[in-house]
Amino acid sequence: MAFLQQFALLLALLIIFSTSCKTAMLEVDSAEVGLNYSLKSSAIENISTSTNDSTGGHGSSTITTLPIVIWKWHHVETPYLVALWILTCWLCKLVAELNHNITSVIPESGLLIMMGFILGGIVWGADKAQTFKLIPVNFFYYLLPQIVLDASYCMPNKLFFSNLGAILVHAVIGTCWNAGTVGIALWGCYEGGAMGNLNIGLLQFLLFGALMSAVDPVAVIAVFEEVHVNEVLYILVFGESLLNDGVTVVLYNVFDAFVSLGGPKINAAEIIKGIISFFVVSFGGSFLGVVFAVLISMLTRVTKNVQVIEAGFIIVLGYLSYLTAEMLSLSAILSITFCGVCCQKYITANMDEKSVTTLRYVLKVMANGSETMIFVFLGLSAIDQNIWVWNTGFILLTILFIVIFRFMGVFFLNWLLNQSRLIPIDLTDQFVMGYGGLRGAVAYGLAASLDEKKIPEKNLMLGTTLIVVYFTVILQGITMKPLVQWLKVKKATKSDLTLNGKMNNRVFEHVLTAMEDICGRMGDNWWTRHWNYFEDKYVCWLLMTSDARKHKDPIFGVFHKLNLEDAKKYVNEGESKGSLAFIRNYDNASVDFKKQLALEYADIMPDIMNDMSEYDFGIDNVPVTSVMKNPLPSVSLNVHELDRKSMLNDLSAHHLLDQHLYKSRRDNRPTYSRSHYNTSENPDEMQEIFQRTMRSRLESFKSAKMGVNPAKKLSKHPKKDSTHKPNGKPADPHRTHPYGDEDFEFSADSASSSEIAGHFPRRNTNAPGAGVDNPAFIPEMDMSPPMRNPPWQTETANNMAVAPSQTAQGRLPWTPTNLRHLAPLRMSTRSTDSFAMADASVDDEAPEEKSGSHHTRL
Amino acid sequence: MGSTNSTLLKIPNVEVLMQETGFSPAHIIRLHDRFKALDKEGRGHLCPHDFGAIKELAMNPIGDRIIGAFFSPGKETVDFHTFVKILAHFRPVDKDRPKEPNSPEPINSRSNKLKFAFQLYDQDKDGKISRDELLQVLRAMLGMQVTDEQLESIADRTIQEADLDRDDAISFEEFRKSLEKINIDHKMSIRFLR
Repeated sequence: MAFLQQFALLLALLIIFSTSCKTAMLEVDSAEVGLNYSLKSSAIENISTSTNDSTGGHGSSTITTLPIVIWKWHHVETPYLVALWILTCWLCKLVAELNHNITSVIPESGLLIMMGFILGGIVWGADKAQTFKLIPVNFFYYLLPQIVLDASYCMPNKLFFSNLGAILVHAVIGTCWNAGTVGIALWGCYEGGAMGNLNIGLLQFLLFGALMSAVDPVAVIAVFEEVHVNEVLYILVFGESLLNDGVTVVLYNVFDAFVSLGGPKINAAEIIKGIISFFVVSFGGSFLGVVFAVLISMLTRVTKNVQVIEAGFIIVLGYLSYLTAEMLSLSAILSITFCGVCCQKYITANMDEKSVTTLRYVLKVMANGSETMIFVFLGLSAIDQNIWVWNTGFILLTILFIVIFRFMGVFFLNWLLNQSRLIPIDLTDQFVMGYGGLRGAVAYGLAASLDEKKIPEKNLMLGTTLIVVYFTVILQGITMKPLVQWLKVKKATKSDLTLNGKMNNRVFEHVLTAMEDICGRMGDNWWTRHWNYFEDKYVCWLLMTSDARKHKDPIFGVFHKLNLEDAKKYVNEGESKGSLAFIRNYDNASVDFKKQLALEYADIMPDIMNDMSEYDFGIDNVPVTSVMKNPLPSVSLNVHELDRKSMLNDLSAHHLLDQHLYKSRRDNRPTYSRSHYNTSENPDEMQEIFQRTMRSRLESFKSAKMGVNPAKKLSKHPKKDSTHKPNGKPADPHRTHPYGDEDFEFSADSASSSEIAGHFPRRNTNAPGAGVDNPAFIPEMDMSPPMRNPPWQTETANNMAVAPSQTAQGRLPWTPTNLRHLAPLRMSTRSTDSFAMADASVDDEAPEEKSGSHHTRL
Repeated sequence: MGSTNSTLLKIPNVEVLMQETGFSPAHIIRLHDRFKALDKEGRGHLCPHDFGAIKELAMNPIGDRIIGAFFSPGKETVDFHTFVKILAHFRPVDKDRPKEPNSPEPINSRSNKLKFAFQLYDQDKDGKISRDELLQVLRAMLGMQVTDEQLESIADRTIQEADLDRDDAISFEEFRKSLEKINIDHKMSIRFLR
């Protein structure tokens, strides 16, 4: 609470400061800050009415002597005020987030609006007038685009497209339904005399209905953030609210045109034109977005050399797609939405991992920042006296109608959709969908941009919109969470990132398409499959770098991700446990620790498992996958949290890896043959290390267990041996000098590189297009007898390798110096170790059996 | 309706079939038409090459396995009943249909769907997915960009993930456990078979 007070104090100070600046400015009779000025600025319009055109006047007085410093407030006035307001709004967010007890009850958006009330009160107290408000131009050009871009860029892609039909039905038909019914119902009530005497016609009511039908994605996400509903419901609500904005704006423009056309001139032809315009504008905007997405994706193919600003390209081009659509009077929101959704996959594949992280970060910062400002300013708008034209009937009826018709629309459309859905949307989900129709800044922005000349009751509409926004965001927002809990809405299931899941998903897809083929009907999978085929063949070719294409396979992606996770965990564990203290204790490491390690690494460090299993911890009962549980559901409503976490993970991964693994590699560079290893054009070295490490680890695990050494392993062995000898690696079991290990590591490293060099020509044939000679399709090749040397042939070589490995096993993995060289080291110790085990079994000529028993004994 | 009935009458034991599979008469008729269309020579049963004639199926990386799933071991043909029963695996689970007590587990139950998927891997029918079996499936599915080493390590990793008893193979029980979190009803159902 002390913090809260401090911040509140700071906040108050800031406000007073800024307002005093403002009043000071008024006294000095300063320049009006026009829109031309505030192009770079965001939401603040300075509506000081003192408009004398002395914009450039402050420097005009002739000086008599050289001033050392001068007070140049007017120079910086606009940007300064803007920056100050941004700071203020963000501090509001800080204050709002201070107490988690409050944020768990009241959603953040509601809190920010309340903070806006308080700020408004302060401004009011200082100024007695509303000096700052959200004007539509700023809102639509500087605040909204990044929010939409962020939302669409972070949209769970597959889920979105697989539910696109339902989303579109809700976003297009639902929005039109809401707009029409609310407008007509209000008009009916007005004609019935429920609102007294107003100067509004049917068209104006329809226009009002149109702007009231905008379900705000920001408000929806902010409210649903706390509630982890199931992913279908989430994507329906989120996708609908996002697309619905675009549709609303289009609808609004159509009705606006009707209003300016005037009632009598409207005939059937005009109405048809309006409908045509509606579709052209929406689909044109969407199409433009896709075009820009293609442009962006193609651009990221070639931005490798300017990696620093790579992320900037996407933001700028996304913004341009918005502005271009606006210029062509197409739907800007739809344009930027589809731009973000479509380009996401390709740019993630094309760009460097760091750029992807940067992009996500920057987008989050911008979106979160402007979202905060929007809500604060929505609250702040409440102090505008002009808009408060009170009409109880109008306001209450509006609230009533938007809620009622929203529910009716949602239920009806869902009923319609359920006729053909595989998994029907159940009733509670429908109810939450209906209840999730929060109105937000878009409605306000549209209301604020109404033309007072055409709509005499603009202020009434604006005031009503504000009240509706407050009502839905605060009241519905607060009740949403209890409601979801009370209705027992299906929550998001936590899903693990497992290879099994990914692989079997793929198998299921294939099976389903095959079954559809057998049934001879085109089902959903037919379309998916054909799109995938088309995408693989043409789209990826056009939009992805060849390198990215190689790695885009989802199964491989999961594999890579899991490996990265493991490595990270390993490093973490090493850092926390593998200090000097730990080394001292290594020989008599406490059972507890071993147990813990074994539990944690049951899946990735089978060698430790083997060592540990002497102690019989019942590890076998521990489900392996539980170790890598991703604590968050695959699709989380809490977009921000998810991103925060994953970004944090990314960042820490990068950090750790840079510090530990990558560095060791750089140290080794003299012996590391880049050209040999470097078969791919863009080797992400870090990634390669992991792949290599994990691969060899797994292979040795396998060989240790099965006593079967894969052919290439054995064939590489003599090489390894030869690299040993020149390095003068003594097979001295009592070697204690920790730095000697680096040599050992070198040898292993070069061995592996030479191994890969041995595969070099074969790999080249793996280039896309040369699929015929791809060994992947010739399973026998791997198992072919000539390639498999019998173990006894390499016996001597193995014997050479065994000795260091055992010492290494005794000491190496946990010495602090070697922690840095974790990856190569592990590989070396492990592989030789496994050979030792394999060798031990060779004598009996029954390797499998022997090693099997070996294993069970352990 | 006359034609409907006459088609149905042509199929022997159609009641039993409908009860076992849960298909409606309309479905049975549609499948019967399809069956006849596939059975070009009119023998009343299908051979593997009848399936092979489906053009799209040739594009399916694991198409052979799926075709193989229609034929029980040792048999070269599949009759209409078996055909329908196999397809019945992919009927969506219906919640509202009253569940008869003491009725056997429906073909489209979760575990039956899983069993179907499992046998696609388990080609030697020993009740376990061995490493080699997994590798073959992965090879078929993973395309040409992934190298052999990567494939192998992916396979190993996959087995490790699921392998609870550490026998380097995935038994059905382990298979089921590893997919516990996945909505099989959703993933292994075809909408138009509802």
